[in-house]
Amino acid sequence: MISIQEQEFSLGEEYDAIRARAGDAGAIVTFTGLVREIYGDDATADAVESLTLEHYPGMTEKCLQDIQSEAENRWPLLATRIIHRVGELFSHEQIVLVATASAHRQAAFESAEFIMDYLKSEAPFWKKQKSTNGSSWIESRDSDRAALGRWQKSRG
Amino acid sequence: MLRIQYFASIRESLDRNNEELELPANVKSVQALIDHLLNANPHFATVFNEDSKVLVAVNQTVVDRNHPLSENDEIAFFPPMTGG
Repeated sequence: MISIQEQEFSLGEEYDAIRARAGDAGAIVTFTGLVREIYGDDATADAVESLTLEHYPGMTEKCLQDIQSEAENRWPLLATRIIHRVGELFSHEQIVLVATASAHRQAAFESAEFIMDYLKSEAPFWKKQKSTNGSSWIESRDSDRAALGRWQKSRG
Repeated sequence: MLRIQYFASIRESLDRNNEELELPANVKSVQALIDHLLNANPHFATVFNEDSKVLVAVNQTVVDRNHPLSENDEIAFFPPMTGG
């Protein structure tokens, strides 16, 4: 199940919902991504006031469905949930939720990481940061693209 | 009609969200479309140059620049994604 939305989400409610759908799951992994005040690892960087997330309506939904289907093909998942927020988000707000349920923890952990790695580099979202010194688009990171590499050997 | 959309930094650099274009007879591929756009809009060279990373999607799938085009395709130009 996927959602692209401006509104906040409740991890507690989402956890209860996926747990209710997950049948005889032995493991549920949830990952939540937050807006950091300092983007990247440069301690001298400007403090971020907000991030504005733009996306490509239509393609975004298609990409998230594809990523979810790919995860379901690779791991024996009982339920999955992806929420990605768009619009203007302030420091410490939640941006993204990925939850996966499976009989065993390894499938739940790995599939959640797989979904996040694909979201970072393959789904059409773009972040613009606003700091005290103005606005700028965040550039993609090689480390995010590299994170995809480990999943690609066995990819269809 | 081709429907062309621009996103994020590319939308801002070109100051254009989207446009519609009758597929010119000599435009058979994504690269030919880029050449056509550059010809009509010289300032597009700030975005479509060798140094910039511009991705292209045809009908909502990322493709390479040799990808063929047909009438009524939906094209989008955007920078590398930064979601998550």
